[in-house]
Amino acid sequence: MKLDLSFYDKKRSLKNSFALGLVGFLAILGSFPFLAVTFYVLMKGFSALDWAFITQLPKPPGEDGGGVGHAILGSFLIVSVASLIGIPWGLSIGIFMSEVKKKTPLFRILRFVLDVLVSVPSIVVGICVYVSVVVYMKAFSGFAGSLALSILMIPIIARSSEEIFKLIPDHIREAGLALGIPRWKVILKILLPGCKGALITGLMLAVARAAGETAPLLFTALSNQYWSADLTKPMASLPVQIYNFAISGFENHQRQAWAGSFVLVMFVMVLNLVTRFILRDKNHGSRN
Amino acid sequence: MKQVVEVKGVSAWFGSLHVLKEVSFSVHENEVVALIGPSGCGKSTLIRCLNRLHEEVQDAKISGQVFLEGQNIYGPNVDAVTIRRRVGMVFQKPNPFPGLSIFDNVAIGLKLAGVHNKAILQERVEECLMKAALWGEVKDKLKNPGLSLSGGQQQRLCIARALAVSPPVLLMDEPTSALDPLSTASIEELIAQLKKTVTIIIVTHNMQQAARISDKTAFMLNGELVEYGRTTEIFTQPRMEQTERYITGRFG
Amino acid sequence: MKKPSGHHFDQIFFYFLRLSGWSLVIVLLFMMGSIFWMSLPTFKNSGLGFFVSQNWDVFKEDFGAWPFIYGTVVSSFVSLLLAVPVSIGVALFINELAPRWIAKPIGFFVEMLAAIPSIVFGLWGLYVLVPFLRDYVQPGLSLVFGWLPFFSGPPIGVGMMAASVVLAIMITPTISSICREVFASIPHSTREAALGLGATRWECLKLAVLKSSFPGILGATLLGLGRALGETMAVTMVIGNVAQVKASLFAPAQTMASLLANEYAEANSDAHLSALTAIGLCLFIIAIIMSLLAQLVVDRFHKKVHGR
Repeated sequence: MKLDLSFYDKKRSLKNSFALGLVGFLAILGSFPFLAVTFYVLMKGFSALDWAFITQLPKPPGEDGGGVGHAILGSFLIVSVASLIGIPWGLSIGIFMSEVKKKTPLFRILRFVLDVLVSVPSIVVGICVYVSVVVYMKAFSGFAGSLALSILMIPIIARSSEEIFKLIPDHIREAGLALGIPRWKVILKILLPGCKGALITGLMLAVARAAGETAPLLFTALSNQYWSADLTKPMASLPVQIYNFAISGFENHQRQAWAGSFVLVMFVMVLNLVTRFILRDKNHGSRN
Repeated sequence: MKQVVEVKGVSAWFGSLHVLKEVSFSVHENEVVALIGPSGCGKSTLIRCLNRLHEEVQDAKISGQVFLEGQNIYGPNVDAVTIRRRVGMVFQKPNPFPGLSIFDNVAIGLKLAGVHNKAILQERVEECLMKAALWGEVKDKLKNPGLSLSGGQQQRLCIARALAVSPPVLLMDEPTSALDPLSTASIEELIAQLKKTVTIIIVTHNMQQAARISDKTAFMLNGELVEYGRTTEIFTQPRMEQTERYITGRFG
Repeated sequence: MKKPSGHHFDQIFFYFLRLSGWSLVIVLLFMMGSIFWMSLPTFKNSGLGFFVSQNWDVFKEDFGAWPFIYGTVVSSFVSLLLAVPVSIGVALFINELAPRWIAKPIGFFVEMLAAIPSIVFGLWGLYVLVPFLRDYVQPGLSLVFGWLPFFSGPPIGVGMMAASVVLAIMITPTISSICREVFASIPHSTREAALGLGATRWECLKLAVLKSSFPGILGATLLGLGRALGETMAVTMVIGNVAQVKASLFAPAQTMASLLANEYAEANSDAHLSALTAIGLCLFIIAIIMSLLAQLVVDRFHKKVHGR
């Protein structure tokens, strides 16, 4: 029995062109917001950027000039302390997850805990730190902000370092152990140096993520208007300062909010692009 | 006998890599033609040029002509879709569509072509599963997913799927290389049955298989067609020295 | 011959690793415990009525979560309606259709969207997107679809619609990157089988790619939903922050997260703080459920495709 199957060809080919066109349109639509956001941040932010912006304190509403030097310093301090807590902690959990082969109860619990922490909204982490630290210390503090950011960093670092360590083939570990080197030395002296580049990219992405966070700082580090390096007191940070400027309604403040966004976006973008280059170099190396 | 496929000076490239060099040969109705040769010789690329699948790979190029029942498939205004419907293809690994039942896997070619009449579909699916020697094993579980079958059964399902749109030509790209010996034997038996109704071009790296199932054999090396002729002649008295060295295992 | 000192250090080293693990578990338990403790008075006072009550009066200390639950659910849902088709389109286009020279920049643009901090989206949303919606999109929509309750009322810009659009932009990279992974895990020969049967390009995508990756797309959607539910800063800046339940997408609203960002630092009374913390607890639990559900769906998909 022969069927004529060419009956619908025209309709099908029309449908095909239409559907593929739609897919292409959606793809262009999806890539448009990035261009729109970066365009405005570059345009409005760059023109408002000057030396005073990164070295001076904010001027009262209505006055021109001034800057966010204290917030940049604050962000630097808060993120540094957060990294000091989060990086070693996250890294050792990552090593635990990949190097302890037995499925101990702790392993399973940690798997769950990391899944939970990675998906918790950052504002909820802020609340947790508020009720468990700020309430007991009876004060907002830069340190509480660092703690909140470090809790956000730990699961990211732990996951990325676990993945990276798992990529190292087992025979390298066995080669080290066969030489009579104890396990901890195999991990720290052979495995760790071998994947240093990839680990650092993971750390950089976690730091970039933390540096851009606003919500967890709103009621932990709070903010202030002066130069301060005291982590036990409320501390300004760039994202929170941008938020306060953005909703203030004064034109000078809005301009500075764009400038602050420019600084923040540049910082985050540069970190992201550098990690891309590191990873690409690594991939090219291993292919040969 | 009628010429079904005629290949005239076909060359193919991946980027700057020249993988097929001026290949010409023709295949007659109800023949089984085996393409043999060392890996990387271009035999898979050659059959992928016969249903215009080669051009789906990025940076792939092709020149020359291929005639299917007298029509140049690379001619102007020829739609690849209509060509592929007239050339069935079976792949190296069985690849039923995930998410489709056994029945739907066979019927999908017809459905795509706009056939939605339940009775016709039912009749055609049964007919093709019978042709593919699978009907007895699956007639009670047509609703099960295609992926629930064993590897050999999946491959026969793929053959049924290709047959459903009744193509005059069936291309097979190492169809048994992922199967165990028993399933391989059943597929080979099936090929002997199928050639009564369809012309088959099969790529194989197994020379015994080529000798067992094919009427004609083409030996390829480095993208060139070295020798093409009756299988019995190729395997007993090859004309070219390279062919002889390959089939006697003294190649390289 | 085993060096005893090496063995000794091994024990210390792994003891240290376990310690770092347990301490994280304890931190999480402590956090959950204190947030639960803090929100307990609210649940004691209002019980389950807390979730359905529409009042949010700080002075009378009468607290109900319904407007915020509504705002969170609706803004997230509308953002999914916008983001899922776009994300699937992006993933299909980059993985299956586009030549490399155009796939690369589009992939880059969408990926980098994930790196931009939430506060920057908020600023852009407030000063670029909101005026655009107010002046062009909303008047147009109310002209054509004004008879629908969703598009009624005056076009004011800030509100549910602006929040949904910003959220959609922010979750697109999450959804599309998972979709891309899912599509890439489908063997190449499945697509060729479809083409070899005489399927058009679109039929091939439908049959070989979309149909078999449905569970994966569902998982990606759930992960995107999880992100949208908890997103704070950008939403806070564009949603208008009014605790009300209105059908119109043009009207201002408030989400659970934006309520917390607005009121938490200024909450003075214990009852107010407790009610806010209770909302934080809800957000916490919803986020956990979403991520576990997404994980489950994606895992099952991988088993289905890779293990027979």
